[in-house]
Amino acid sequence: MRTRISADAVRLLIPALSLTVLLAAVFWLQPRAMSYVGLNLLFNLAVPIALATIAQMLIMAVNDLDLSMGTFVSFVACVTATFLRDAPLLGVLILIGAIGVYALLGIVIHLRNLPSIVVTLGMSFVWAGLAVLLLPAPGGQAPDWVRALMTMKPPFAPIAIVASIVIAAVAHLIVMRSSLGVLIRGVGGNERSVERAGWSVLGARAAAYGLAGLFAVLAGIALVGLTTSADANIALRYTLLSIAGVILGGGEFIGGRVSPIGAVVGALTLTLAGSFLSFLRISPDWQIGAQGAILIVVLALRLVLNRIETREKRR
Amino acid sequence: MTLFGQVARKTWIWSWIAAVVVWFVTILVTGGASAFGLTQAALTFAAFSIIVGIGQMFVITLGPGNIDLSVPATMTLAGTVALKLMNVDDGMILAGLFTAVLIGIAVGIGNYALIKLLRIPPIIATLSMSFIVQSTAIWTNRGLRIKPPPFLADFTTSSTFGVPNVALVALFLSLLAWLLLEKTVYGRWISAIGQSMPAAKMAGIPVDGTRFVTYVFCAVLAALSGYLLACFSGGAALNMGAEYLLMSIAVVVIGGTAVAGGDSNVPGIWGASLFMFLVVSMLNTYGLGAGVRLIMTGLIIIGVIMLAGGRQPGAR
Amino acid sequence: MTGEMLKPVIAVTDARVSFGAVKALDGVTLSIMPGECVGLVGHNGAGKSTIVSVINGGLAPHEGSVSGEGETIARYGINAARARGVRCVFQELSLCPNLTIVENVRLMHRQLGGFGWRRRAKAVIEASLDAVFPGHGIESDRTVGELSIAERQMVEIAMAFSDAGIAPRLVILDEPTSSLDASLAEQMLVHVRRFVKAGGSVIFISHILHEILTTADRIVVMKDGRIVAARPAAAFSEHSLVEAMGSVVKGEARRRTARDLGAAPVVLEQAGRGLSFTARAGEIVGLAGLAGHGQTRMLMALHGANSSDWLPARDPAVTFVAGDRRLNGVFELWSILRNFSIASLGDMARGGFVRTGDEDARGAEWKKRIEIRTQDMTNRILSLSGGNQQKVLFARALATRAPVVLMDDPMRGVDVGTKQEVYEIVRQEAANGRTFVWYSTEMEEVCLCDRVYVFREGEIVAELAGDAVSEANILAASFEGAAA
Repeated sequence: MRTRISADAVRLLIPALSLTVLLAAVFWLQPRAMSYVGLNLLFNLAVPIALATIAQMLIMAVNDLDLSMGTFVSFVACVTATFLRDAPLLGVLILIGAIGVYALLGIVIHLRNLPSIVVTLGMSFVWAGLAVLLLPAPGGQAPDWVRALMTMKPPFAPIAIVASIVIAAVAHLIVMRSSLGVLIRGVGGNERSVERAGWSVLGARAAAYGLAGLFAVLAGIALVGLTTSADANIALRYTLLSIAGVILGGGEFIGGRVSPIGAVVGALTLTLAGSFLSFLRISPDWQIGAQGAILIVVLALRLVLNRIETREKRR
Repeated sequence: MTLFGQVARKTWIWSWIAAVVVWFVTILVTGGASAFGLTQAALTFAAFSIIVGIGQMFVITLGPGNIDLSVPATMTLAGTVALKLMNVDDGMILAGLFTAVLIGIAVGIGNYALIKLLRIPPIIATLSMSFIVQSTAIWTNRGLRIKPPPFLADFTTSSTFGVPNVALVALFLSLLAWLLLEKTVYGRWISAIGQSMPAAKMAGIPVDGTRFVTYVFCAVLAALSGYLLACFSGGAALNMGAEYLLMSIAVVVIGGTAVAGGDSNVPGIWGASLFMFLVVSMLNTYGLGAGVRLIMTGLIIIGVIMLAGGRQPGAR
Repeated sequence: MTGEMLKPVIAVTDARVSFGAVKALDGVTLSIMPGECVGLVGHNGAGKSTIVSVINGGLAPHEGSVSGEGETIARYGINAARARGVRCVFQELSLCPNLTIVENVRLMHRQLGGFGWRRRAKAVIEASLDAVFPGHGIESDRTVGELSIAERQMVEIAMAFSDAGIAPRLVILDEPTSSLDASLAEQMLVHVRRFVKAGGSVIFISHILHEILTTADRIVVMKDGRIVAARPAAAFSEHSLVEAMGSVVKGEARRRTARDLGAAPVVLEQAGRGLSFTARAGEIVGLAGLAGHGQTRMLMALHGANSSDWLPARDPAVTFVAGDRRLNGVFELWSILRNFSIASLGDMARGGFVRTGDEDARGAEWKKRIEIRTQDMTNRILSLSGGNQQKVLFARALATRAPVVLMDDPMRGVDVGTKQEVYEIVRQEAANGRTFVWYSTEMEEVCLCDRVYVFREGEIVAELAGDAVSEANILAASFEGAAA
């Protein structure tokens, strides 16, 4: 019986390593960041990004892609900053309705065999329009309880770290440990077999999309808690960031191989990369480019690892 | 088959009908006084969408999963660098054009290298590429906003025989695209690859070469559109390509090209581009704001794709 | 045993299934009794996979009925089959490669849910693995994707025998030892005997004859959709099994004129693990053996080695006729004419532009020559019958100037009339110097070839030429342990 590190653990190595290396580099460049306040500042904005990344991960687990993540989170932020504060009941209803729309999308996409890219593309316009209707100009205000939640000061680690750990743990429990998670990932891995075993693929996809909607809603609420006000374009870059985060964390586009912990680590890494580049006095111009380069490097590494893996298996 | 049946089968006819309807409804408000102005504006703004739409259409025809998300970044980079190079000098116009095309070729090669060598799905490959290209654009666009050479500024903002020049350029490119698609061996090849890549391979079609050329073609068209748009707008802005990503895909879908690949048409791109612009105008004319416009655009796209349906299960 | 009659677990009565012109099952009656292992043997097209699909609920017979415990089952589907304890191990992977073994067990057994299901699922699969493959060394927390092919097969087999509430009563094993080495195969067969002795039933399909002879109680031989022999295993030997699979009716020996082409130039060569492959100009070389034993892979390799993915070939060296039309043959959105011309467009184009006049002319020429039954070549390809679609694919390949034509079982499911027309054309073209490499799952077609390579388990195991090309020789080489 050989002791083997599971392939999943190996996949987690890349994001974990890159986060550690990056963190070390940041501390070396800016020793003052190695404090409670410093860490909080570094990773603050990672919380909503992590939630959005988990949402995107759920969609990718069933072999689809969500191009409307950015506009949806912006929409939720606008709802939070307006309705959730002024008319909370209505706000909650709207958000629940939004989650329902997500589940409905999953159903429609499955029933009509539609390409998720185009459908989510169309939805991104819809969410953007709704957000603009709610907040034509930046404004609104975060509800007090949201603000309080995001600015808590837990004793041992800053709220950003605590929240990230909690998010990773909850997502891991749902996606990797529960029967529902197994079903969703199974649909991504071998849909025909799952169907033949008697499960409802339609139900699984609706659940995946619905859960994704839930996490995306949480992302929007968290974001407003941090920025205190909202505007219709506040989270547009979340689409690309969430996809990059899933991939950095070891997830794949098809095959249902995803890792919630990896996704959160990926989100943290991407957030940190931005700060790292500014500490290096590299102009913000190159930050986007750096994210693209990171993506390519990670994927190239993955290819190399896969080749080694297949060669090992054949032996 | 009845005449109506034959006409209805042409998928692009619907986008044209829709465009005409919306045009008519908009004209109603001013009682026909703005008809000419509206048509000119529609042709002008649609021209840019048409040029990028054609490129995107060729890529989408290659089959499910094929898409180019680097279009806006390429537009921006081409516009920025070309304008900088030309430096308000009419003598440098050709050099600027040449540079723009070169940028397109480089981005196209980069895209396909990522797709083929690193086996990255086109969505992510072109996405990553767009990050890098956008950064390059930001970096080159230092300092003052450089104006386009006077000849080009004039050319892109004026008309010939009442038709906006940029629309004429778009028309020329469309004719070229139509020729390629309908009359050449290359056009048959991309349609075959889009319908079934294994069958195309076994029929002796050079699949990789064809895909490579297509991605380069799309990037070059994006670069050209960026070049023209920068001249039209009086300078290259860093977000000039932003709305063209979704627009390039939308006009392909609404124009009747099959998203599953293998079936595309050029007239549909025209109808869809005009339609998209006219919807915005109509909503503006009736006093409805940006919010409603965005929602309508989204619902239209979703409506069209739901009617069209998908082909293979599992196709993204 | 008490005097009471045992009721069959599943019985199929007079099942008939047709796919278009092909009679996959032509009146098959089969009962599986508890406590017996039934061996199922037959060559390609015998109907083994079809009858198995009927028994496991995946396919409803067009005529005939399925009954369990003596009572006819009205709506017999996959769920009904599973509820009765029918399990199936297919050749293709039915596990989710991204999930762990335990998670796959959870998906397969829907009733395992509830708190603590991992522990229960783990217990279930480990019990089964230990029972079937003692000393297996597979940890059930591993992801299926990282298992070797043998380990995956072991897991699939163990899952079929596993008990998570509904005990398995009839387990269908379709070529289960194909990825297992000798000792693992032995363990599995021993378990099969144990299972059967305890009252379970097994249907066992294999091309390794001595496995069937030692493990089965009763052997059923099928051919062309019918059962041609069913006797206790003891009454068979390897030789008599092969004989039973052969033609019951020794029809007219379809003699084709033996051609000696030993002097012709070699046009194609491929080395492999077994015997090497060569083809000479003007030959019709057949690839025989049971389906899925490497023939298609060789054709793909030959095609890949002689064509380019990047540059268009001015003079193509090989061309291909697909058998699986939907997968790698027909372009569904196109017309008949376009489907025909796609491979030879280079000859009909000038400067990259297609000359539609040439295209129409050649289309009409081939339409007449190969007799494509259609009013108009510009109709959609899907308006044609299957056989005519296949003819278009043939015309596509033959219209190119490639000297070698690779054929991937193209006549599967095509009507007899079309087949005869196509055979004639192949003969003519070969007489004019064209080389054909023809993989066929039908014995009669393979016997038309000048030389035949027989495949078994991914490599060429025999080369037959001239008079040696006969059904008996091909069958003998296809089945392991059946030396003629």
